[in-house]
Amino acid sequence: MAGRMRIRAQKKGDNTEVKVLMQHPMETGLRKDDAGETIPAHFITHVTATVGDRTVMESQWGAAVSQNPFLSFRFQGAEKGDKLKIAWKDNQGETAETTTSIR
Amino acid sequence: MARMPRLLTALAMPLCGLTLSAAFAQDDGTFSEYREMFGDDNPAVFVIDEGAAIWTEARGPEEVSLEQCDLGLGPGKVEGAYAQLPRYFEDADRVMDLETRLIHCMVELQGFDRDEITTDPYSGRGETDSTLEALAAYVASKSEGKTIDIPQSHPAEKQAYKAGEALFWHRAGPYDFACATCHRQDDKRVRLQDLPNLTTADGARSSYPDWPAYRISQGVVRTMEWRMRNCMRQQRLPMLKVGSEAAVSIITYMGVNANGGTIAAPGLKR
Repeated sequence: MAGRMRIRAQKKGDNTEVKVLMQHPMETGLRKDDAGETIPAHFITHVTATVGDRTVMESQWGAAVSQNPFLSFRFQGAEKGDKLKIAWKDNQGETAETTTSIR
Repeated sequence: MARMPRLLTALAMPLCGLTLSAAFAQDDGTFSEYREMFGDDNPAVFVIDEGAAIWTEARGPEEVSLEQCDLGLGPGKVEGAYAQLPRYFEDADRVMDLETRLIHCMVELQGFDRDEITTDPYSGRGETDSTLEALAAYVASKSEGKTIDIPQSHPAEKQAYKAGEALFWHRAGPYDFACATCHRQDDKRVRLQDLPNLTTADGARSSYPDWPAYRISQGVVRTMEWRMRNCMRQQRLPMLKVGSEAAVSIITYMGVNANGGTIAAPGLKR
């Protein structure tokens, strides 16, 4: 199961502190299952954070990031109540996005 | 720079022997920093949601949900139930821990075949959480913050504690190992993991309340019986059967020792 996210975005002074927990298997493509078959690579490749039409964070990920990744970052220029959208896509073409209000 | 002295200590250790390893025991390295970063977050939240959905879903040959399952506080009452398990259940005439009781309900209410659901109840490599793991995470989460209050009033409950205590100290297997071999002293560790002294209230309370727990290295929530099964495996003892008297007893022993502590499950473990 991939796709669910839990986001917390909190205004602290000038900064907005964002914490995101994503549900994703993040398979490297190097592991084998109990039957000895290779588990296909399945990992997030792109993560973006946007407020309105402004991209506040953009990152490229690879197979070295853990399963169910936890992401934390800060940015400036947002107000309480603004909508923050986190979106990712993975190497199998799956995508997910979740929007939350900045508290 | 913080890492440097630690490395030197590690190099010096073989020379200085055990005095330094005691100082080490409080430091599980970068993992505590990692856990701090998570704060209140824990990937187990997704598993709890899953467990909650399974709890209310009509399943099994009887096509009923688990909402009428009695976890000790009355049918369907989940809140706080885990903090008072294991306990004696009259309908089954035995002491049951959380997993044993969940399996009991799946068999009795939902009509599942006991062997079928107990043969391989835990998720394997590359799999997401199993039904039992998700249910345990959900039920345990409903006792978060509750004081552990495992009853010892029924003779069977006292007997379970006694049997658990005996098992805890019983040396067996090719390594002549007992649970006590690792868990009867304060401030010990194996590699970087602290070893709680499970014979004391403080020790038991430092560890028991975190289970079931999300294991970062495995990406799933693991249950208390799973933990016991792996302790037995590490001792090279026979495979512990899910819901067995041995499993329930050893959990009763630890749980009662932890009475008065506060449930913090599902925890976050390496």
